[in-house]
Amino acid sequence: MPLAVWLADHTIQNVVAGAVLLGLVSGVLGSFAVLRQQSLLGDTLAHAALPGICLGFLLAGSRELGVLAGGALLTATLAALAVQALVRFSRLKTDAALGSVLSLFFAVGVVLLTFIQGRADAAQGGLESFLFGQAAATLRSDLWLMGGVTAMALFLVTLFWKELKLVTFDPLFAASVGYPVALLETGLTALIALAVVVGLQMVGVVLMAAMVIAPPVAARQWTRRLEPMVALAGLFGVAAGVSGALISATTPGLATGPLVVLAASAIVLASLLLAPERGLLWEALKRRRDRRALADERLLATLYGLARRHHDPRYPAEQGMLDAYHGVGTRRVLARLAGLGMVRRVVHMPNEGAHWELTEAGQRRARADLSRAEAD
Amino acid sequence: MGRALERGARRGRADPAVNTSAAAATEPLHEPALALHVEDLTVAYHGKPVLWDIDVNIPPGVMAAVVGPNGAGKSTLLKAVLGLVPRTAGHVTIHGAPYRQRRRQVAYVPQRTAVDWDFPTTALDVVIMGRYGHLGWFRRPGRAERERALAALDAMGIRDLADRQISQLSGGQQQRVFLARALVQEADLYLLDEPMAGVDAPTERAIVALLQGLRDAGKTLLVVHHDLQTVSDYFDWLVLLNVRVIAQGPVEKVYTAEHLRRTYGGQVALLQREPRNGALGAETAPRVEA
Repeated sequence: MPLAVWLADHTIQNVVAGAVLLGLVSGVLGSFAVLRQQSLLGDTLAHAALPGICLGFLLAGSRELGVLAGGALLTATLAALAVQALVRFSRLKTDAALGSVLSLFFAVGVVLLTFIQGRADAAQGGLESFLFGQAAATLRSDLWLMGGVTAMALFLVTLFWKELKLVTFDPLFAASVGYPVALLETGLTALIALAVVVGLQMVGVVLMAAMVIAPPVAARQWTRRLEPMVALAGLFGVAAGVSGALISATTPGLATGPLVVLAASAIVLASLLLAPERGLLWEALKRRRDRRALADERLLATLYGLARRHHDPRYPAEQGMLDAYHGVGTRRVLARLAGLGMVRRVVHMPNEGAHWELTEAGQRRARADLSRAEAD
Repeated sequence: MGRALERGARRGRADPAVNTSAAAATEPLHEPALALHVEDLTVAYHGKPVLWDIDVNIPPGVMAAVVGPNGAGKSTLLKAVLGLVPRTAGHVTIHGAPYRQRRRQVAYVPQRTAVDWDFPTTALDVVIMGRYGHLGWFRRPGRAERERALAALDAMGIRDLADRQISQLSGGQQQRVFLARALVQEADLYLLDEPMAGVDAPTERAIVALLQGLRDAGKTLLVVHHDLQTVSDYFDWLVLLNVRVIAQGPVEKVYTAEHLRRTYGGQVALLQREPRNGALGAETAPRVEA
């Protein structure tokens, strides 16, 4: 199908627009959750939304999105409060509290879901779609809701930027200068709950957490400051949302939600590998560079020491002697140093092994290395 | 003796610097002559007292150490003063008024390990955070804050690290950043939690010089300290704490083998040592075993 045709398709437009909004809001808010080391918060909120969706359905008797979302928000908020209370008043650590609350609320949700499915009169309305998401069911009216939540979240994050930053980095200090830390943390959690609830229809309870965690984790790899990290997380969220939605639209039979999450995971993987300074590949290259620099330095020091002992700055050292002293073959290091103009191969006596002497540059470098080592 | 000293300090008789007037009770300010006044403070976690019925009085212009074994409640004392942990009983005043009214006159340096140093920000940015309390809601830090922060980094000798990502700082550099952040708060009372823990010797010297400079400028400092060896070199006031206050007052009066033994229980070994500043005369200096 040509691009223009399916971009004109209303369903696809809705799905792409929804994915953009969802990626943006969850990436931005997720940054704070991830930095506060509460990555699992999104997971708990999403799973805890399921009983609320079921209760909303039982109350309304139909699949009225407003009522379902209201129920979801209610139980997700209850779960967040339960986590806070457990951490504050019991000896559970945050991860254990999040895990316990997640399982409890999700179990209740599944019980309610099976109860609804078992009812004879069930208009069921495919509530299971909330488990794994059903992007195609996104309506224009849903987009208004998602857009409203996204706009509000962005506005509040901008308005309270300085406060959220300090509370995220150093909550103790924030409290000491008079910030209402509990209020700010609760507000942030409520915003994340809201974002999770509006995203459930697209991505589903089970995978929603990935939208909160993956874009910020990827963004963290590329930046050194909070401002670009949050912006980049939003951007990565949008990119994942759009690519997932487009792949799903062009390939029949592939669900949107999981594709969006897969796209986000691909961004994470690439970022973990490639990002400068923090990426695995970058670190491996740096390790290799460091290893080589150390080998160079040690060999130059050896040559320099030998030259001094023999009172001859251009003392030719035999390669076998250098091998024995360092306990490893020095041929490659010598070749590299020769390439750098630090050492020179000389013929000391015919029929003997290779000999090496320091060049002027090599002597300078060895002296510099040694005096720096002494300064340390 | 320790108890007597403690009561004496509270009544303002032990030292002329602690001169509380009897009329204080009728005035709106409570113990205004003291930089920090803690009375009958009890803090409990999970029903177990961490601080039990303690009185602490710090006169203005001293550099005081809080010393005690692990679990003695040293950090909790600072946090209780700042209202970061709920007080079970007792009250705290700073220059005569509760903390809420004195917030801008107090700077707090948490333990370095209290934050995640992989947070995406720079040294300069962390120091600017010291001005957030003065800025109030919504207002963003600007050029003035930036310049103050740079000056503070300069005072700590790490101006060249201003744009360095904080995850790339050494432990000593991180501690200097935290102190620079406290400096820009421009406070009268500084509460520091183990500022010299895990830092290298040059950093320790730099920190001590800075803190003594603040004291000489008339500021008051309360420092949780872990190294008994250096107490009498660095500090002029000492609070010995182990859930209760064992003794407090000028270092030369409080830093005695008897008080330290009572603070640390059996953990103290008495070793012969050179007399230092005459604080212990020619007798023995106590030492904590690991």
